[in-house]
Amino acid sequence: MSEIAQGNVGRRLLFLAPVILFAVLAGYFLWGLAPGRDPRILPSALIDQPVPDFDAGPLAGIGVPGLASTDLKAGKVSLVNFFASWCIPCRAEHPLLMNLAAQGGVELYGMNYKNKPAEARAWLVELGNPYSRIGTDEPGRIGIDWGVSGVPETFIVDGEGRIRYRHWGPIDRRAMEEIIRPLIVELSR
Amino acid sequence: MIPEIGHFALILALAVALLQGSLPMIGAARGRAAWMALAEPAALLQLVFVLTAFLALMHAYVTSDFTVANVAQNSNSKLPLLYKISGTWGNHEGSMLLWILILAVFGAAVALFGSNLPAPLRARVLSVQSWIAIGFLAFSLFTSNPFARMFPPPPDGADLNPLLQDPGLAFHPPMLYLGYVGFSMAFSFAIAALIEGRVDAAWARWVRPWTLAAWCFLTGGIALGSWWAYYELGWGGWWFWDPVENVSFMPWLLGTALLHSAIVVEKRDALKTWTVLLAILTFSLSLIGTFIVRSGLLTSVHAFATDPERGVFILVLLCLTIGGSLMLFAIRAPALKGGGLFAPISRESGLVLNNLLLAVACATVFLGTMYPLFAEAFGYKATVGAPYFNLTFVPIMTPLIAIMALGPMLSWKRADLAGVLGRMKAALAAAVAATLLALYLSGGPVGPALGMGLAAWLFIGALSEWAGRIKLLRVHPSESWRRALTLPRSAHGMTLAHAGMAVAIVGIVGSASWKVEEILIMRPGDSVAVAGYDYRLEGVNRVQGPNYVSDMAQITVTRDGRPVTVQRPERRLYTVQQMPTTEAAIHTTGLADLYTAIGDPDGRGGHTVRVFYEPLVPWIWAGSILMMLGGAVSLSDRRLRIGAPRRTCPAPNTGTAAAKA
Repeated sequence: MSEIAQGNVGRRLLFLAPVILFAVLAGYFLWGLAPGRDPRILPSALIDQPVPDFDAGPLAGIGVPGLASTDLKAGKVSLVNFFASWCIPCRAEHPLLMNLAAQGGVELYGMNYKNKPAEARAWLVELGNPYSRIGTDEPGRIGIDWGVSGVPETFIVDGEGRIRYRHWGPIDRRAMEEIIRPLIVELSR
Repeated sequence: MIPEIGHFALILALAVALLQGSLPMIGAARGRAAWMALAEPAALLQLVFVLTAFLALMHAYVTSDFTVANVAQNSNSKLPLLYKISGTWGNHEGSMLLWILILAVFGAAVALFGSNLPAPLRARVLSVQSWIAIGFLAFSLFTSNPFARMFPPPPDGADLNPLLQDPGLAFHPPMLYLGYVGFSMAFSFAIAALIEGRVDAAWARWVRPWTLAAWCFLTGGIALGSWWAYYELGWGGWWFWDPVENVSFMPWLLGTALLHSAIVVEKRDALKTWTVLLAILTFSLSLIGTFIVRSGLLTSVHAFATDPERGVFILVLLCLTIGGSLMLFAIRAPALKGGGLFAPISRESGLVLNNLLLAVACATVFLGTMYPLFAEAFGYKATVGAPYFNLTFVPIMTPLIAIMALGPMLSWKRADLAGVLGRMKAALAAAVAATLLALYLSGGPVGPALGMGLAAWLFIGALSEWAGRIKLLRVHPSESWRRALTLPRSAHGMTLAHAGMAVAIVGIVGSASWKVEEILIMRPGDSVAVAGYDYRLEGVNRVQGPNYVSDMAQITVTRDGRPVTVQRPERRLYTVQQMPTTEAAIHTTGLADLYTAIGDPDGRGGHTVRVFYEPLVPWIWAGSILMMLGGAVSLSDRRLRIGAPRRTCPAPNTGTAAAKA
């Protein structure tokens, strides 16, 4: 046998490295396959918890008041939608929110997230304003308390101010009809 | 009846695979010619059985046999014929069957065209190929039977996912799988070489054409997939660093490295263990790519329906294939003999650097793709998006592209860097000119302009090398022409592929940097100006398709008052699944795409309209086609077609003898 093949533990270990790395990876895979794990779900620690305390000033020039945690405890089911004018999916869900606002049955509140007031104003003027209250969260501080990972993100809050549902990403027609509307109806009873 | 024949054929294929996986391997170890000779007819028989099964399933799709559960869940009687056919592989079970079919095709190809391979090597390669087939056939038969019946049959099928009802996506999976599975050949050769304990120039010459063919198909498959994402998703982008995209990109990166390291093995008898490892890893990544989106391990915007129950089977399969082959590598690779030496400045070194950078790039993508899983195991959720990939990937690719122009000019063993740089004057001038021109035209940041310069450097560098070989402009044109004709096809192929890469880079950098987008609500009669073009929404009409209804907009595009084109983007609602899809309208000027997509109505007579100006995107597709063409031209090289000369007297290899003893 050649010298290279003999002895030299270090060299041998080097050749073992790929299989060892793969074993580690396989360990992760095994863990990842645990039943009940759904990588799609971004869990919210806030489900069934009271909304965090906040008081967000209004968006000037739109004519609706600002939003504070007390507004969410007024006995009516509300939907809090984090949006921004720079967010393309927000545009996609906007017509659905306009629709929801027109039909009523829920307090539709907006949180203008990490967005300049002038741009948000222009955006709402262009597309229409579905919100009866808009809070501004330009630095994104309130978003952190809510655990927002990006916009759009939507929360359904029951009459006592507890978060009952979190929707990550844009609301599409199916989510609106199959999840959001039924939940609003159920919570309003 | 026919589905049962298909099912039975699949069972027979498994039986043949078991035979092919065992007897020839034992025969090769014991030197029994008859046992080894069994491999070829077995490989052909396996293809016959798998093809029978595949055609049986296709028959069920074409005739809309809804008693087959798979057909009922993924097809519909109103589906156009093309999508009934492509529906065969537009689902988990059917795509596994396609995978197995392609595996069998490659196995049969070795049996048919591998007559110049030494008998033991051929027997071992076919046996290893069959081990893979055993795993997949078992997976298909035990967990994903495509022929399962359902009773009572539904009156009509649930329809193919509307996103898949598209010509681009009808052919994307076969292309991609030809690439993925093509790498199984390099893998089988690597395992056979480890078992034999011998890797030499002849081995590399046999491996290269298979790798090259797989690489061409994978390049095409990836390009087709991103082309589809570009026009079908309506997001105006063509690459999203989504896990599904990344898992196809990683084997491409490593396969590209393998393609180049095999050259070093062939020409210089060096980098042998590394090449064997690359062959194993490339196919391992293909396997991971096939499985990861089916197992529910990672989430993606466009994945198959996942089923964690199959996950355990998949994991066992991955552990056996990848773990087993890497274990074999750990045991046997140290015995492989090292080869030729080379100086730090040489073509070998250039190719080592190429391999190093490609491997690091692949590792970067791997880490970004898997990170959400790793992070979640430690209790927190994370998503990794484009910013990570752009930030890490670009700095790795930049030096790679810079040396890509130099590499082919370096000579083997020891090269003269000063001389090579001297030949790069034209490329350098082109790079500077392209940078300045891009800077002048865009008036924007320096980064993208430098990207253009880099692409020009590569393009002109590749052409200079080719021109140098045929002594263009230095001798009479007829002499250059004669030289071009006698130049090996692989040299032409390399120039084409490298130049294609340069063209693709122009598209990638340009589209990422200078895209203009406008999203707004438009009512009929409204106009918007984007990047010098005026878009006027004429109206939106309801159109009835075979299995969908569509809102088709008519948008007139003009430039300075002169008509350019009329675009008809659609918003389709596929009635069976009640699923909307976007059909973007794209008009290409060659330098840019004018891209419009229409969204939901706002209920007040307006529609969301997205207008994108996508500069240089056509260049990405042109570059991909050039790269594939380069691969195909190289593949037609006489040397690769005929294969290596027969090894009459194998080189003495003490390591092998000792390891076998």
